[in-house]
Amino acid sequence: MKTVKIDARGMHYTPLNQKIRNAVADGAEEIILDNVLGQRFIGDGLRGNVRIIVNGVPGGDLGMFMSGPTCIVHGNAEHAPGNTMDKGMLVIHGSAGDAVAHSMRGGKVFIKNNIGYRGGIHMKQYEVEARPILVVGGTAHSFLGEYMAGGLVLVLGIGKDKAMTDRGIGSGIHGGEIIIRGEVDDFLLGGGAKKFKFTESDLERIAPIIKSFCEQFGYDAAEFLDTNYTKIGPVSSRPFASKYVWE
Amino acid sequence: MCGIIGFIDRTKSRMDGSSIKAALSLMNERGSGDGAGYAAYGIYPEYADYYALHVFFDNLGEPKKKVDELLQQLGEIVHQEEIPTTPQPGIKKVHIPWRYFFKPSEDLMSGKVASEKDVVTYIVMEVNANVKGATIFSSGKNMGVFKASGWPEDVANFYRIEDYKGYIWLGHNRYPTNSPGWWGGAHPFNLLNWSVVHNGEITSYGTNQRYVEGYGYKCSLFTDTEVVAYLFDLLGRQHGLSYETVVKALAPPFWDDIDRMSAKEAELNKAVRLTYGSALMNGPFAIVVGTENGIVGFTDRIKLRPLVVGENGSRLYISSEEAAIRVLDPEVKNIYTPRAGEPIIGRFIE
Repeated sequence: MKTVKIDARGMHYTPLNQKIRNAVADGAEEIILDNVLGQRFIGDGLRGNVRIIVNGVPGGDLGMFMSGPTCIVHGNAEHAPGNTMDKGMLVIHGSAGDAVAHSMRGGKVFIKNNIGYRGGIHMKQYEVEARPILVVGGTAHSFLGEYMAGGLVLVLGIGKDKAMTDRGIGSGIHGGEIIIRGEVDDFLLGGGAKKFKFTESDLERIAPIIKSFCEQFGYDAAEFLDTNYTKIGPVSSRPFASKYVWE
Repeated sequence: MCGIIGFIDRTKSRMDGSSIKAALSLMNERGSGDGAGYAAYGIYPEYADYYALHVFFDNLGEPKKKVDELLQQLGEIVHQEEIPTTPQPGIKKVHIPWRYFFKPSEDLMSGKVASEKDVVTYIVMEVNANVKGATIFSSGKNMGVFKASGWPEDVANFYRIEDYKGYIWLGHNRYPTNSPGWWGGAHPFNLLNWSVVHNGEITSYGTNQRYVEGYGYKCSLFTDTEVVAYLFDLLGRQHGLSYETVVKALAPPFWDDIDRMSAKEAELNKAVRLTYGSALMNGPFAIVVGTENGIVGFTDRIKLRPLVVGENGSRLYISSEEAAIRVLDPEVKNIYTPRAGEPIIGRFIE
Protein backbone atom coordinates (compact mmCIF):
# COMPACT_ATOMS: atom_id res chain seq x y z
CA MET A 1 0.00 0.00 0.00
CA LYS A 2 1.35 3.39 -0.94
CA THR A 3 1.45 5.64 2.13
CA VAL A 4 2.23 9.36 2.19
CA LYS A 5 3.02 11.24 5.40
CA ILE A 6 2.44 14.97 5.74
CA ASP A 7 3.52 17.07 8.69
CA ALA A 8 0.77 19.68 9.01
CA ARG A 9 2.33 21.65 11.86
CA GLY A 10 1.71 25.34 11.33
CA MET A 11 0.46 24.77 7.78
CA HIS A 12 -2.52 26.69 6.38
CA TYR A 13 -5.34 24.53 5.06
CA THR A 14 -4.85 25.55 1.43
CA PRO A 15 -1.32 24.10 0.95
CA LEU A 16 -2.33 21.17 3.16
CA ASN A 17 -5.26 20.29 0.91
CA GLN A 18 -3.08 20.79 -2.16
CA LYS A 19 -0.60 18.26 -0.77
CA ILE A 20 -3.44 15.82 -0.06
CA ARG A 21 -4.81 16.19 -3.59
CA ASN A 22 -1.37 15.80 -5.14
CA ALA A 23 -0.78 12.65 -3.10
CA VAL A 24 -4.12 11.22 -4.26
CA ALA A 25 -3.25 12.09 -7.88
CA ASP A 26 0.08 10.29 -7.42
CA GLY A 27 -1.78 7.13 -6.41
CA ALA A 28 -1.49 7.30 -2.61
CA GLU A 29 -3.77 4.81 -0.89
CA GLU A 30 -3.14 6.09 2.61
CA ILE A 31 -2.28 9.62 3.73
CA ILE A 32 -1.18 10.26 7.29
CA LEU A 33 -1.51 13.85 8.51
CA ASP A 34 0.49 14.55 11.66
CA ASN A 35 0.25 17.57 13.98
CA VAL A 36 -3.06 18.76 12.60
CA LEU A 37 -4.38 21.70 14.61
CA GLY A 38 -7.41 23.65 13.53
CA GLN A 39 -6.95 23.39 9.74
CA ARG A 40 -10.40 23.65 8.21
CA PHE A 41 -11.79 21.93 5.11
CA ILE A 42 -9.52 18.86 5.20
CA GLY A 43 -10.42 16.40 2.46
CA ASP A 44 -13.17 18.65 1.10
CA GLY A 45 -14.57 17.55 -2.24
CA LEU A 46 -12.05 14.72 -2.31
CA ARG A 47 -12.91 11.64 -4.41
CA GLY A 48 -11.56 8.13 -4.66
CA ASN A 49 -10.82 5.33 -2.25
CA VAL A 50 -7.98 6.89 -0.30
CA ARG A 51 -7.74 6.54 3.47
CA ILE A 52 -6.75 9.65 5.42
CA ILE A 53 -5.50 9.42 8.99
CA VAL A 54 -5.68 12.70 10.90
CA ASN A 55 -3.53 12.91 14.02
CA GLY A 56 -4.67 15.98 15.92
CA VAL A 57 -7.70 18.24 16.04
CA PRO A 58 -8.88 19.23 12.54
CA GLY A 59 -10.82 22.47 12.02
CA GLY A 60 -14.39 22.84 10.85
CA ASP A 61 -16.05 21.29 7.79
CA LEU A 62 -13.85 18.20 7.72
CA GLY A 63 -14.73 16.04 4.72
CA MET A 64 -17.22 18.53 3.29
CA PHE A 65 -18.56 17.33 -0.12
CA MET A 66 -16.23 14.35 0.24
CA SER A 67 -17.17 11.51 -2.07
CA GLY A 68 -15.54 8.18 -1.41
CA PRO A 69 -12.54 8.47 0.91
CA THR A 70 -12.34 7.21 4.47
CA CYS A 71 -11.07 9.71 7.03
CA ILE A 72 -10.07 8.61 10.51
CA VAL A 73 -9.43 11.25 13.17
CA HIS A 74 -7.42 10.53 16.30
CA GLY A 75 -8.68 13.51 18.25
CA ASN A 76 -11.79 15.66 18.46
CA ALA A 77 -13.36 17.44 15.49
CA GLU A 78 -14.80 20.95 15.45
CA HIS A 79 -18.00 22.13 13.74
CA ALA A 80 -19.74 20.35 10.87
CA PRO A 81 -17.56 17.33 10.04
CA GLY A 82 -19.27 15.52 7.13
CA ASN A 83 -20.99 18.71 5.91
CA THR A 84 -22.87 17.79 2.70
CA MET A 85 -20.75 14.64 2.46
CA ASP A 86 -21.65 12.42 -0.46
CA LYS A 87 -19.95 9.04 -0.04
CA GLY A 88 -17.26 7.50 2.13
CA MET A 89 -16.72 7.46 5.87
CA LEU A 90 -15.60 9.75 8.69
CA VAL A 91 -14.51 8.11 11.94
CA ILE A 92 -13.82 10.42 14.88
CA HIS A 93 -12.06 8.89 17.89
CA GLY A 94 -13.30 11.67 20.15
CA SER A 95 -16.11 14.22 20.22
CA ALA A 96 -17.26 16.78 17.65
CA GLY A 97 -18.78 20.26 17.70
CA ASP A 98 -22.09 21.63 16.42
CA ALA A 99 -23.84 20.73 13.16
CA VAL A 100 -22.15 17.36 12.68
CA ALA A 101 -23.19 15.76 9.36
CA HIS A 102 -24.87 19.02 8.32
CA SER A 103 -26.88 18.46 5.08
CA MET A 104 -25.17 15.12 4.59
CA ARG A 105 -26.41 13.20 1.58
CA GLY A 106 -24.58 9.87 1.71
CA GLY A 107 -21.86 7.88 3.46
CA LYS A 108 -21.21 7.38 7.17
CA VAL A 109 -20.07 9.58 10.04
CA PHE A 110 -19.13 7.72 13.22
CA ILE A 111 -18.37 9.70 16.39
CA LYS A 112 -16.99 7.77 19.35
CA ASN A 113 -18.08 10.20 22.09
CA ASN A 114 -20.42 13.21 22.04
CA ILE A 115 -21.57 15.81 19.55
CA GLY A 116 -22.75 19.40 19.99
CA TYR A 117 -25.96 21.07 18.90
CA ARG A 118 -27.91 20.34 15.69
CA GLY A 119 -26.24 17.04 14.76
CA GLY A 120 -27.66 15.76 11.48
CA ILE A 121 -29.35 19.08 10.67
CA HIS A 122 -30.84 19.02 7.15
CA MET A 123 -29.66 15.48 6.42
CA LYS A 124 -31.27 14.23 3.23
CA GLN A 125 -31.65 11.07 1.20
CA TYR A 126 -32.26 9.83 -2.34
CA GLU A 127 -33.99 6.43 -2.47
CA VAL A 128 -31.72 3.81 -0.90
CA GLU A 129 -28.51 4.39 -2.79
CA ALA A 130 -27.81 7.77 -1.19
CA ARG A 131 -28.71 7.40 2.48
CA PRO A 132 -26.47 9.18 4.98
CA ILE A 133 -25.80 7.66 8.39
CA LEU A 134 -24.63 9.43 11.55
CA VAL A 135 -23.82 7.31 14.60
CA VAL A 136 -22.93 8.89 17.95
CA GLY A 137 -21.46 6.67 20.67
CA GLY A 138 -22.17 9.08 23.54
CA THR A 139 -24.85 11.74 23.54
CA ALA A 140 -25.91 14.79 21.56
CA HIS A 141 -27.01 18.27 22.54
CA SER A 142 -30.28 19.90 21.45
CA PHE A 143 -31.93 19.94 18.04
CA LEU A 144 -30.59 16.57 16.94
CA GLY A 145 -31.85 15.89 13.41
CA GLU A 146 -33.29 19.40 13.05
CA TYR A 147 -35.13 19.84 9.70
CA MET A 148 -34.02 16.34 8.81
CA ALA A 149 -35.32 15.16 5.44
CA GLY A 150 -33.76 11.72 5.15
CA GLY A 151 -31.11 9.33 6.38
CA LEU A 152 -30.45 7.86 9.80
CA VAL A 153 -29.16 9.31 13.07
CA LEU A 154 -28.34 6.76 15.75
CA VAL A 155 -27.34 7.69 19.33
CA LEU A 156 -26.07 4.88 21.56
CA GLY A 157 -25.58 6.71 24.88
CA ILE A 158 -22.59 4.57 25.86
CA GLY A 159 -21.67 5.30 29.49
CA LYS A 160 -24.76 7.50 30.02
CA ASP A 161 -27.83 6.89 32.20
CA LYS A 162 -29.95 8.24 29.39
CA ALA A 163 -28.74 8.49 25.80
CA MET A 164 -30.48 11.85 25.29
CA THR A 165 -31.24 14.51 27.89
CA ASP A 166 -31.33 17.61 25.63
CA ARG A 167 -34.53 18.95 24.11
CA GLY A 168 -35.69 19.56 20.55
CA ILE A 169 -34.97 16.12 19.08
CA GLY A 170 -36.14 16.05 15.46
CA SER A 171 -37.34 19.64 15.56
CA GLY A 172 -38.88 20.24 12.12
CA ILE A 173 -38.12 16.72 10.88
CA HIS A 174 -39.96 15.74 7.71
CA GLY A 175 -38.09 12.64 6.62
CA GLY A 176 -35.59 10.05 7.77
CA GLU A 177 -35.31 8.53 11.24
CA ILE A 178 -33.60 9.19 14.56
CA ILE A 179 -32.94 6.12 16.67
CA ILE A 180 -31.99 6.56 20.32
CA ARG A 181 -30.79 3.83 22.70
CA GLY A 182 -33.38 3.26 25.48
CA GLU A 183 -36.33 5.46 26.37
CA VAL A 184 -36.72 9.10 25.35
CA ASP A 185 -38.77 11.50 27.49
CA ASP A 186 -41.69 12.98 25.55
CA PHE A 187 -40.74 16.56 26.38
CA LEU A 188 -37.43 16.13 24.56
CA LEU A 189 -39.20 15.79 21.19
CA GLY A 190 -39.14 18.81 18.90
CA GLY A 191 -42.09 20.17 16.91
CA GLY A 192 -43.16 17.80 14.15
CA ALA A 193 -41.39 14.77 15.67
CA LYS A 194 -43.10 11.62 16.93
CA LYS A 195 -41.97 8.44 18.66
CA PHE A 196 -42.48 5.09 16.96
CA LYS A 197 -42.06 1.55 18.26
CA PHE A 198 -38.67 0.09 17.45
CA THR A 199 -39.28 -3.35 16.00
CA GLU A 200 -37.31 -6.51 15.25
CA SER A 201 -37.29 -5.56 11.58
CA ASP A 202 -35.82 -2.14 12.50
CA LEU A 203 -33.08 -3.94 14.42
CA GLU A 204 -32.39 -6.19 11.46
CA ARG A 205 -32.04 -3.09 9.32
CA ILE A 206 -29.63 -1.23 11.63
CA ALA A 207 -27.67 -4.25 12.91
CA PRO A 208 -25.00 -3.98 10.18
CA ILE A 209 -24.51 -0.30 11.06
CA ILE A 210 -24.14 -1.08 14.77
CA LYS A 211 -21.63 -3.82 13.95
CA SER A 212 -19.65 -1.54 11.71
CA PHE A 213 -19.57 1.20 14.40
CA CYS A 214 -18.50 -1.24 17.12
CA GLU A 215 -15.79 -2.63 14.87
CA GLN A 216 -14.28 0.85 14.45
CA PHE A 217 -14.12 1.59 18.18
CA GLY A 218 -13.61 -1.89 19.64
CA TYR A 219 -17.02 -2.32 21.26
CA ASP A 220 -18.85 -5.62 21.53
CA ALA A 221 -21.77 -5.26 19.11
CA ALA A 222 -23.77 -7.97 20.90
CA GLU A 223 -24.44 -5.49 23.72
CA PHE A 224 -26.40 -3.30 21.36
CA LEU A 225 -28.29 -5.88 19.31
CA ASP A 226 -31.69 -5.78 20.98
CA THR A 227 -34.85 -3.74 20.58
CA ASN A 228 -34.24 -1.36 23.49
CA TYR A 229 -34.34 1.70 21.21
CA THR A 230 -36.73 4.54 20.52
CA LYS A 231 -37.42 5.49 16.94
CA ILE A 232 -38.30 9.08 16.13
CA GLY A 233 -39.65 10.31 12.82
CA PRO A 234 -41.95 12.95 11.35
CA VAL A 235 -45.57 12.99 12.56
CA SER A 236 -46.77 12.75 8.97
CA SER A 237 -45.47 12.89 5.43
CA ARG A 238 -46.10 16.65 5.38
CA PRO A 239 -45.92 17.73 9.03
CA PHE A 240 -45.69 21.42 8.27
CA ALA A 241 -48.16 21.65 5.40
CA SER A 242 -50.45 23.90 7.43
CA LYS A 243 -47.62 26.38 7.97
CA TYR A 244 -47.16 27.13 4.32
CA VAL A 245 -50.50 26.55 2.58
CA TRP A 246 -54.06 27.49 3.36
CA GLU A 247 -57.40 26.45 2.03
CA MET B 1 -18.53 34.88 12.72
CA CYS B 2 -15.83 36.17 15.07
CA GLY B 3 -13.30 34.20 17.10
CA ILE B 4 -13.11 34.64 20.87
CA ILE B 5 -10.82 33.49 23.66
CA GLY B 6 -10.95 33.77 27.42
CA PHE B 7 -8.19 32.65 29.78
CA ILE B 8 -7.80 32.76 33.54
CA ASP B 9 -5.14 31.48 35.88
CA ARG B 10 -7.08 31.08 39.10
CA THR B 11 -3.93 31.42 41.24
CA LYS B 12 -3.18 34.79 39.57
CA SER B 13 0.01 33.45 38.03
CA ARG B 14 0.62 35.78 35.07
CA MET B 15 1.21 34.93 31.42
CA ASP B 16 2.46 37.23 28.67
CA GLY B 17 0.34 37.95 25.61
CA SER B 18 2.35 36.06 22.98
CA SER B 19 0.41 32.80 23.15
CA ILE B 20 -2.97 34.60 23.15
CA LYS B 21 -1.83 36.28 19.94
CA ALA B 22 -0.90 32.91 18.43
CA ALA B 23 -4.19 31.32 19.52
CA LEU B 24 -6.25 34.17 18.11
CA SER B 25 -4.33 34.11 14.82
CA LEU B 26 -5.16 30.43 14.45
CA MET B 27 -8.79 31.50 14.11
CA ASN B 28 -8.11 34.04 11.35
CA GLU B 29 -10.76 32.30 9.24
CA ARG B 30 -13.22 33.79 11.74
CA GLY B 31 -11.99 37.33 11.17
CA SER B 32 -11.73 39.76 8.28
CA GLY B 33 -8.83 41.95 9.38
CA ASP B 34 -11.23 44.72 10.35
CA GLY B 35 -10.73 44.48 14.08
CA ALA B 36 -8.94 42.62 16.83
CA GLY B 37 -8.30 43.25 20.46
CA TYR B 38 -7.10 42.00 23.79
CA ALA B 39 -7.95 42.60 27.43
CA ALA B 40 -5.37 41.77 30.06
CA TYR B 41 -5.87 41.81 33.84
CA GLY B 42 -2.99 42.21 36.28
CA ILE B 43 -0.84 44.29 33.94
CA TYR B 44 -0.50 47.51 35.98
CA PRO B 45 0.48 46.34 39.50
CA GLU B 46 2.38 49.60 40.11
CA TYR B 47 -0.84 51.55 39.56
CA ALA B 48 -3.23 48.93 40.96
CA ASP B 49 -5.17 51.49 43.03
CA TYR B 50 -5.81 53.77 40.07
CA TYR B 51 -8.25 53.51 37.19
CA ALA B 52 -6.36 52.93 33.97
CA LEU B 53 -8.23 54.96 31.36
CA HIS B 54 -7.30 53.99 27.81
CA VAL B 55 -8.43 56.61 25.32
CA PHE B 56 -8.42 56.89 21.53
CA PHE B 57 -7.68 60.49 20.59
CA ASP B 58 -8.13 61.76 17.06
CA ASN B 59 -5.47 64.33 17.96
CA LEU B 60 -3.80 65.58 21.11
CA GLY B 61 -5.27 69.07 20.81
CA GLU B 62 -8.85 69.96 21.65
CA PRO B 63 -10.13 66.42 22.45
CA LYS B 64 -7.31 65.78 24.91
CA LYS B 65 -7.71 69.19 26.48
CA LYS B 66 -11.37 68.43 27.18
CA VAL B 67 -10.62 65.01 28.69
CA ASP B 68 -7.78 66.44 30.80
CA GLU B 69 -10.10 69.13 32.12
CA LEU B 70 -12.86 66.67 32.98
CA LEU B 71 -10.45 64.35 34.78
CA GLN B 72 -8.79 67.16 36.71
CA GLN B 73 -12.20 68.45 37.70
CA LEU B 74 -13.30 65.06 39.01
CA GLY B 75 -10.11 63.64 40.46
CA GLU B 76 -6.39 63.30 40.14
CA ILE B 77 -4.26 62.10 37.22
CA VAL B 78 -1.20 60.45 38.76
CA HIS B 79 0.40 59.51 35.46
CA GLN B 80 -0.35 59.75 31.76
CA GLU B 81 1.41 58.75 28.57
CA GLU B 82 0.85 57.59 25.02
CA ILE B 83 0.38 53.81 25.00
CA PRO B 84 3.61 52.44 23.48
CA THR B 85 3.07 51.18 19.95
CA THR B 86 5.21 49.89 17.09
CA PRO B 87 4.12 50.81 13.56
CA GLN B 88 2.76 47.86 11.58
CA PRO B 89 2.28 47.72 7.80
CA GLY B 90 -1.19 46.23 8.37
CA ILE B 91 -2.39 49.00 10.68
CA LYS B 92 -3.21 52.56 9.82
CA LYS B 93 -2.81 54.59 13.00
CA VAL B 94 -6.00 56.63 12.77
CA HIS B 95 -6.16 57.28 16.52
CA ILE B 96 -3.57 57.97 19.18
CA PRO B 97 -3.99 55.45 22.00
CA TRP B 98 -3.37 57.20 25.33
CA ARG B 99 -3.54 56.10 28.95
CA TYR B 100 -4.24 57.91 32.18
CA PHE B 101 -3.90 56.51 35.68
CA PHE B 102 -6.66 58.26 37.53
CA LYS B 103 -8.12 58.50 41.00
CA PRO B 104 -11.61 59.99 41.25
CA SER B 105 -12.30 62.43 43.99
CA GLU B 106 -15.63 61.46 45.53
CA ASP B 107 -16.39 64.74 47.28
CA LEU B 108 -16.37 66.60 43.96
CA MET B 109 -19.37 64.72 42.63
CA SER B 110 -21.87 66.90 44.56
CA GLY B 111 -23.87 64.06 46.08
CA LYS B 112 -25.20 62.89 42.73
CA VAL B 113 -23.24 59.67 42.68
CA ALA B 114 -22.31 57.13 45.26
CA SER B 115 -18.88 55.71 44.58
CA GLU B 116 -15.59 55.92 42.69
CA LYS B 117 -17.00 53.50 40.15
CA ASP B 118 -19.97 55.76 39.50
CA VAL B 119 -17.60 58.69 38.92
CA VAL B 120 -15.57 56.66 36.42
CA THR B 121 -18.75 55.42 34.72
CA TYR B 122 -19.97 59.01 34.45
CA ILE B 123 -16.64 60.07 32.88
CA VAL B 124 -16.71 57.24 30.33
CA MET B 125 -20.31 58.01 29.31
CA GLU B 126 -19.69 61.75 29.17
CA VAL B 127 -16.53 61.52 27.06
CA ASN B 128 -17.85 58.87 24.67
CA ALA B 129 -21.14 60.65 24.09
CA ASN B 130 -20.02 64.28 24.14
CA VAL B 131 -16.30 64.77 23.52
CA LYS B 132 -15.66 64.73 19.80
CA GLY B 133 -12.39 63.00 18.89
CA ALA B 134 -12.03 61.06 22.16
CA THR B 135 -13.23 57.55 23.09
CA ILE B 136 -12.48 55.91 26.43
CA PHE B 137 -12.27 52.22 25.59
CA SER B 138 -10.91 50.85 28.86
CA SER B 139 -11.52 52.06 32.41
CA GLY B 140 -10.71 49.31 34.91
CA LYS B 141 -8.13 48.93 37.65
CA ASN B 142 -4.94 46.99 37.02
CA MET B 143 -6.23 45.95 33.60
CA GLY B 144 -6.37 47.30 30.10
CA VAL B 145 -7.90 46.80 26.68
CA PHE B 146 -5.74 47.02 23.55
CA LYS B 147 -7.61 47.08 20.26
CA ALA B 148 -7.60 48.45 16.72
CA SER B 149 -8.69 47.70 13.17
CA GLY B 150 -6.48 44.96 11.76
CA TRP B 151 -5.60 41.29 12.08
CA PRO B 152 -4.94 39.87 15.58
CA GLU B 153 -1.20 39.48 15.06
CA ASP B 154 -0.84 43.02 13.70
CA VAL B 155 -2.85 44.52 16.55
CA ALA B 156 -0.81 42.49 19.06
CA ASN B 157 2.50 43.61 17.52
CA PHE B 158 1.26 47.18 17.30
CA TYR B 159 0.61 47.28 21.07
CA ARG B 160 3.62 45.02 21.87
CA ILE B 161 1.20 42.70 23.61
CA GLU B 162 3.95 40.27 24.64
CA ASP B 163 5.27 42.99 27.00
CA TYR B 164 2.18 42.66 29.20
CA LYS B 165 1.67 39.91 31.74
CA GLY B 166 -1.82 39.09 32.91
CA TYR B 167 -3.72 36.45 34.88
CA ILE B 168 -6.83 37.01 32.78
CA TRP B 169 -6.65 37.43 29.01
CA LEU B 170 -9.46 37.95 26.55
CA GLY B 171 -8.93 37.99 22.81
CA HIS B 172 -11.17 38.80 19.88
CA ASN B 173 -10.80 38.32 16.13
CA ARG B 174 -13.47 40.41 14.43
CA TYR B 175 -15.58 39.85 11.34
CA PRO B 176 -17.92 42.87 11.39
CA THR B 177 -21.23 42.11 9.74
CA ASN B 178 -23.76 44.78 10.57
CA SER B 179 -21.79 47.60 12.18
CA PRO B 180 -18.74 49.57 11.05
CA GLY B 181 -15.19 48.29 11.42
CA TRP B 182 -13.44 51.02 13.39
CA TRP B 183 -11.04 51.05 16.32
CA GLY B 184 -13.75 51.70 18.91
CA GLY B 185 -15.89 48.95 17.38
CA ALA B 186 -13.22 46.30 17.89
CA HIS B 187 -13.66 44.09 20.95
CA PRO B 188 -13.19 43.80 23.92
CA PHE B 189 -15.81 46.32 25.03
CA ASN B 190 -15.07 47.53 28.49
CA LEU B 191 -16.49 49.50 31.42
CA LEU B 192 -14.66 49.47 34.77
CA ASN B 193 -13.38 45.94 35.22
CA TRP B 194 -15.99 44.39 32.89
CA SER B 195 -14.64 43.46 29.46
CA VAL B 196 -16.68 41.65 26.83
CA VAL B 197 -15.68 39.65 23.77
CA HIS B 198 -18.56 38.46 21.65
CA ASN B 199 -19.14 36.33 18.59
CA GLY B 200 -22.57 36.84 17.04
CA GLU B 201 -25.10 39.60 17.22
CA ILE B 202 -27.49 40.94 19.81
CA THR B 203 -30.73 41.24 17.85
CA SER B 204 -32.47 42.54 20.97
CA TYR B 205 -30.00 45.45 21.04
CA GLY B 206 -32.73 48.12 20.79
CA THR B 207 -34.61 46.77 23.81
CA ASN B 208 -31.43 46.24 25.83
CA GLN B 209 -30.11 49.68 24.90
CA ARG B 210 -33.32 51.44 25.99
CA TYR B 211 -33.21 49.45 29.22
CA VAL B 212 -29.63 50.43 30.21
CA GLU B 213 -30.07 54.02 29.02
CA GLY B 214 -32.84 54.31 31.60
CA TYR B 215 -30.08 53.84 34.17
CA GLY B 216 -27.77 56.48 32.73
CA TYR B 217 -25.60 54.40 30.40
CA LYS B 218 -25.09 55.80 26.91
CA CYS B 219 -24.52 53.49 23.96
CA SER B 220 -22.32 55.52 21.65
CA LEU B 221 -19.90 53.08 20.00
CA PHE B 222 -22.13 51.85 17.11
CA THR B 223 -21.87 48.16 18.00
CA ASP B 224 -24.30 45.85 19.80
CA THR B 225 -21.65 44.32 22.09
CA GLU B 226 -21.25 47.60 23.98
CA VAL B 227 -24.61 47.05 25.67
CA VAL B 228 -23.46 43.70 27.11
CA ALA B 229 -20.73 45.43 29.13
CA TYR B 230 -23.31 47.86 30.53
CA LEU B 231 -25.78 45.06 31.30
CA PHE B 232 -23.10 43.30 33.32
CA ASP B 233 -22.27 46.52 35.16
CA LEU B 234 -25.93 47.23 35.89
CA LEU B 235 -26.91 43.73 36.99
CA GLY B 236 -23.57 42.56 38.39
CA ARG B 237 -22.36 45.71 40.14
CA GLN B 238 -25.32 48.04 40.70
CA HIS B 239 -27.88 45.30 41.45
CA GLY B 240 -25.33 43.01 43.08
CA LEU B 241 -26.40 39.83 41.25
CA SER B 242 -24.06 36.83 41.14
CA TYR B 243 -22.50 36.01 37.77
CA GLU B 244 -24.74 32.92 37.59
CA THR B 245 -27.85 35.08 38.05
CA VAL B 246 -26.68 37.68 35.53
CA VAL B 247 -26.35 34.92 32.92
CA LYS B 248 -29.78 33.59 33.98
CA ALA B 249 -31.20 37.05 33.24
CA LEU B 250 -29.41 37.57 29.91
CA ALA B 251 -29.89 34.00 28.54
CA PRO B 252 -32.73 32.53 30.62
CA PRO B 253 -34.22 29.05 30.42
CA PHE B 254 -37.41 28.64 28.37
CA TRP B 255 -40.76 28.84 30.16
CA ASP B 256 -41.48 25.16 29.58
CA ASP B 257 -38.08 24.28 31.07
CA ILE B 258 -38.96 26.42 34.09
CA ASP B 259 -42.26 24.54 34.40
CA ARG B 260 -40.32 21.31 34.88
CA MET B 261 -38.09 22.71 37.65
CA SER B 262 -38.63 22.20 41.39
CA ALA B 263 -40.96 24.80 42.93
CA LYS B 264 -38.14 26.76 44.52
CA GLU B 265 -35.95 26.83 41.44
CA ALA B 266 -38.92 27.71 39.24
CA GLU B 267 -39.83 30.62 41.51
CA LEU B 268 -36.32 32.07 41.27
CA ASN B 269 -36.16 31.65 37.50
CA LYS B 270 -39.59 33.20 37.02
CA ALA B 271 -38.63 36.14 39.22
CA VAL B 272 -35.44 36.72 37.23
CA ARG B 273 -37.28 36.53 33.90
CA LEU B 274 -40.05 38.87 35.03
CA THR B 275 -37.68 41.38 36.62
CA TYR B 276 -35.11 41.37 33.83
CA GLY B 277 -37.24 40.80 30.73
CA SER B 278 -35.68 43.86 29.10
CA ALA B 279 -32.17 42.55 29.78
CA LEU B 280 -32.86 39.26 27.97
CA MET B 281 -30.58 39.05 24.96
CA ASN B 282 -31.85 37.55 21.75
CA GLY B 283 -29.92 36.50 18.70
CA PRO B 284 -26.87 34.32 18.22
CA PHE B 285 -24.03 34.87 20.65
CA ALA B 286 -21.07 33.31 22.39
CA ILE B 287 -19.59 35.65 24.96
CA VAL B 288 -16.73 35.75 27.43
CA VAL B 289 -16.71 38.47 30.07
CA GLY B 290 -13.67 39.42 32.11
CA THR B 291 -14.46 40.67 35.63
CA GLU B 292 -12.84 41.74 38.88
CA ASN B 293 -13.04 38.18 40.17
CA GLY B 294 -12.67 35.99 37.13
CA ILE B 295 -14.18 35.18 33.74
CA VAL B 296 -17.71 34.24 32.67
CA GLY B 297 -18.53 32.46 29.41
CA PHE B 298 -22.00 31.71 28.02
CA THR B 299 -23.94 31.35 24.78
CA ASP B 300 -27.43 32.22 23.59
CA ARG B 301 -30.32 30.00 24.63
CA ILE B 302 -30.36 27.84 21.53
CA LYS B 303 -26.62 27.75 20.99
CA LEU B 304 -26.22 29.48 17.67
CA ARG B 305 -22.50 30.14 18.20
CA PRO B 306 -19.71 27.77 19.25
CA LEU B 307 -18.02 27.72 22.64
CA VAL B 308 -15.45 25.21 23.87
CA VAL B 309 -14.09 24.93 27.39
CA GLY B 310 -10.84 23.36 28.60
CA GLU B 311 -9.03 23.15 31.90
CA ASN B 312 -5.57 22.40 33.14
CA GLY B 313 -4.92 22.74 36.86
CA SER B 314 -5.48 26.35 37.85
CA ARG B 315 -6.07 27.43 34.25
CA LEU B 316 -9.44 27.68 32.55
CA TYR B 317 -9.79 28.30 28.82
CA ILE B 318 -12.90 29.29 26.86
CA SER B 319 -12.82 29.71 23.08
CA SER B 320 -14.70 29.43 19.80
CA GLU B 321 -12.44 26.55 18.76
CA GLU B 322 -10.69 23.75 20.57
CA ALA B 323 -7.60 24.18 18.39
CA ALA B 324 -7.11 27.72 19.73
CA ILE B 325 -7.12 26.38 23.29
CA ARG B 326 -4.57 23.77 22.29
CA VAL B 327 -2.29 26.50 20.95
CA LEU B 328 -2.39 28.08 24.42
CA ASP B 329 -1.94 24.78 26.19
CA PRO B 330 -1.14 21.58 24.25
CA GLU B 331 -1.63 19.61 27.49
CA VAL B 332 -5.16 20.94 28.15
CA LYS B 333 -7.59 18.52 29.79
CA ASN B 334 -11.37 18.21 30.22
CA ILE B 335 -12.26 19.70 26.84
CA TYR B 336 -16.04 20.01 26.49
CA THR B 337 -18.80 22.10 24.94
CA PRO B 338 -21.14 23.69 27.49
CA ARG B 339 -24.92 23.72 27.10
CA ALA B 340 -26.76 26.75 25.71
CA GLY B 341 -27.11 29.41 28.38
CA GLU B 342 -24.92 27.48 30.83
CA PRO B 343 -22.56 29.86 32.66
CA ILE B 344 -18.91 28.81 32.65
CA ILE B 345 -17.23 30.66 35.48
CA GLY B 346 -13.58 30.78 36.46
CA ARG B 347 -12.88 32.55 39.77
CA PHE B 348 -9.65 33.33 41.55
CA ILE B 349 -8.75 30.99 44.36
CA GLU B 350 -8.30 33.04 47.53
